[in-house]
Amino acid sequence: MKGNNEQDVVLLKGNEAIAKAAYRYGYDAFFGYPITPQSEVLETLAIDKPWETTGMVVLQAESEVASINMVYAAGASGKCSMTSSSSPGVALMQEGISFMAGCGIPGLIVSVGRGGPGLGTIQPGQADYNQAVYGGGNGDYHCIVLAPASVQEMADFMGLAKELMFKWRAVVIILSDGAIGQMMEKVVLPPYQPRRTDEEIRQQCPWATNGLGLPGRKSNIMTSLEMDAPAMEQLNLAMERKYAQIQQEEVRCECIETDDADYVVVAYGISARIAQSAVQRLRKEGVKVGMLRPITLWPFPEQQLQQLGAQCKAILTVEASQGQMVRDVRMAVEGRCPVHFYGRSGGMIPSPTEVYDKLRAIIQ
Amino acid sequence: MTREDIIKQENKVAGRPSLMNDMPMHYCPGCSHGVVHKIVAELIDEMNLQDKTIGICPVGCAVFAYRYLDIDWVEAAHGRAPACASALNRLWPEHLVFTYQGDGDLGCIGTAETIHALNRGENITIIFINNAIYGMTGGQMAPTTLMGQKTATCPYGREADLHGYPLHMTDIAATLEGTAYVSRQAVDTVAHIRAAKRAIRKAFENSLAKKGSNLVEIVATCSSGWKLTPAKANEWMAENMLPYYPLGDLKDKA
Amino acid sequence: MPELTINLKNMTEEIIISGFGGQGVLSMGKIIAYAGIMEDKQVSWMPAYGPEQRGGTANVTVIISDDTICSPILNEFDTAIVLNQPSLDRFEPLVKPGGTIIYDSYGIITPPRRADVTVYCINAMEEAAKMSNAKVFNMLLLGGLLKVRPIATVDDVVRGLRKALPERHHNLIPMNEEAVRRGMDIIRKMN
Repeated sequence: MKGNNEQDVVLLKGNEAIAKAAYRYGYDAFFGYPITPQSEVLETLAIDKPWETTGMVVLQAESEVASINMVYAAGASGKCSMTSSSSPGVALMQEGISFMAGCGIPGLIVSVGRGGPGLGTIQPGQADYNQAVYGGGNGDYHCIVLAPASVQEMADFMGLAKELMFKWRAVVIILSDGAIGQMMEKVVLPPYQPRRTDEEIRQQCPWATNGLGLPGRKSNIMTSLEMDAPAMEQLNLAMERKYAQIQQEEVRCECIETDDADYVVVAYGISARIAQSAVQRLRKEGVKVGMLRPITLWPFPEQQLQQLGAQCKAILTVEASQGQMVRDVRMAVEGRCPVHFYGRSGGMIPSPTEVYDKLRAIIQ
Repeated sequence: MTREDIIKQENKVAGRPSLMNDMPMHYCPGCSHGVVHKIVAELIDEMNLQDKTIGICPVGCAVFAYRYLDIDWVEAAHGRAPACASALNRLWPEHLVFTYQGDGDLGCIGTAETIHALNRGENITIIFINNAIYGMTGGQMAPTTLMGQKTATCPYGREADLHGYPLHMTDIAATLEGTAYVSRQAVDTVAHIRAAKRAIRKAFENSLAKKGSNLVEIVATCSSGWKLTPAKANEWMAENMLPYYPLGDLKDKA
Repeated sequence: MPELTINLKNMTEEIIISGFGGQGVLSMGKIIAYAGIMEDKQVSWMPAYGPEQRGGTANVTVIISDDTICSPILNEFDTAIVLNQPSLDRFEPLVKPGGTIIYDSYGIITPPRRADVTVYCINAMEEAAKMSNAKVFNMLLLGGLLKVRPIATVDDVVRGLRKALPERHHNLIPMNEEAVRRGMDIIRKMN
């Protein structure tokens, strides 16, 4: 092979990349339940048997409900753990996600979206933006939401997720879709990172409920329960301060040819890949079109969109849904320019031609 | 023996276990929880496991168990304690991982998690407090409520046609291949308290020895929920619950 | 130049392979992708997944490019390899003008009619039967493809197989290589 180290470049499905990156980044555990289109995550782990190499725990749980509560407890004890699921399965996890957020428990949920609502379809969908960004669980909370647009990013974001979940004691969601999960691309997998030792966990997570260091410290209790309303409000305010800081520090997006753009497409995940084809075609035709791809859906790239809203003539948001992220785009743009929407849903995905035609219609 | 002699440390025959702090308990007078908490604290003390124990609280009256025992605790969502325990057992295999759950938590909303954790043979101990009623929420029907028993949501008594039958979770647990030790105990008399402690000790030892899952049911009182005095509650339990939920070991693989 | 392909430095080939589940459509696509990797190209492999895998129609979109691949999901193709009539009916209109259709006459009742694309026929099913090895069917097709659309060499395919297959199956590689070369011989231009 030319140019690359043959050992490291592999052809993988997005779901397989998630699994292989998990044990390479030193995740301690995976708990999950089969559901299309993400079952390859657990299947790949079962084939690769990381428990024999890195010591990573892999367990097929009895349900998504059990899976997320396993992640909850693992994170409470300071371990780096994850689950993966798809739309209806992630819906079942919302209580656990709210509990994790309420306790400040680190953990990762990989959500490989399909068309909904209900059982919907198993074909790719992006109609779970609201589920991930606004949460189906109770209470005021946010998860950090990462949106990979390639198989390489599926692998890379596993490392980013690990870093962010402990940095902020936050729930991280990798919001993907059936297309990115099922497609194969070239991937460079990360080098092996050792799992943290007990001593490292003690240093990094002095709050963790694992007994380490007892007696000699206060016992650690992981709970989201606080019967005293004023005290509970203080906890909420502390969470808000943390969220404000995350919004300051963790916004990520990719701007493609936006510097001189008269028109900007906003899209994430598979829709960004599709829209980029249309953008490139228009660029070749001499139209000044660019694209902003949010990488973090929460925190959302509001400032970048404000600037683009002031600069360009119109924005087009493209999603594989009936329009969920578009509301955040409109809120960020605050009427500085028109914000249009194009979407397909129910397992249908916008085609490059459809996006091109929509852009052409906006330009005229 | 003078009063001074009597209060000397070496002459102490009973006391608060060191892991039990002085936080006033929220439990009602006559409730069994306090006794079971004390047994758990004594055992962790005696087995020298403070730095190797993770307790998992339920939703129910024992939701605040974490206030009273100075060990690390995880508060689980309603019914999910066995899922939490499964994860912790896998990730901290040398630790004692136990859940402390009521009948609604374990036998109703968390039935799936309970059965699957036990069936996987997770090396954990489940302490199952069965008082045949939802105590925390104010005395509603539980999966273990007896036929004819009156509760806030079966005010005319439990009827099979309307409510189905009491669920024998411990009996079910005994049939699962993953369980090592399944026992039903009570804490209404000194003899029963001592037997209950022996049972929980065995369960803890099995967990540490990785022999599989262990479940100890404690048939318990809820004087408030049953609307009885503490003494009457003990009598009612002995007369009505023990015939239906007889005490003793249901399974002991060792 | 196809209208939708982008920033063509050197080459981009957008291929749809469609047939019945079990014909090796998805694995053929994978081998093409691996061969592309051997040429240090960008590749994507996008299957129609789900129940379609289990005996219904199966198709996969494979893109090989010197450039970054934007959309892995396409509504137009440079090349369509169709192995049954429903696949031909569905994808014939989606081949770009100047593009290529390859079909196996075994599964096709009404051959492609378009005059603005180059049509090839390969009797791979028949040839596999002659070789008494149904499993090389897709490798015959692959050989046919590489003959008319030389996006990778036979050597790339062999090296790709070496990478894609577990070592215990490496003894099958010579047989597959032979099938690829045979496929190159038996493909015929039809228009």
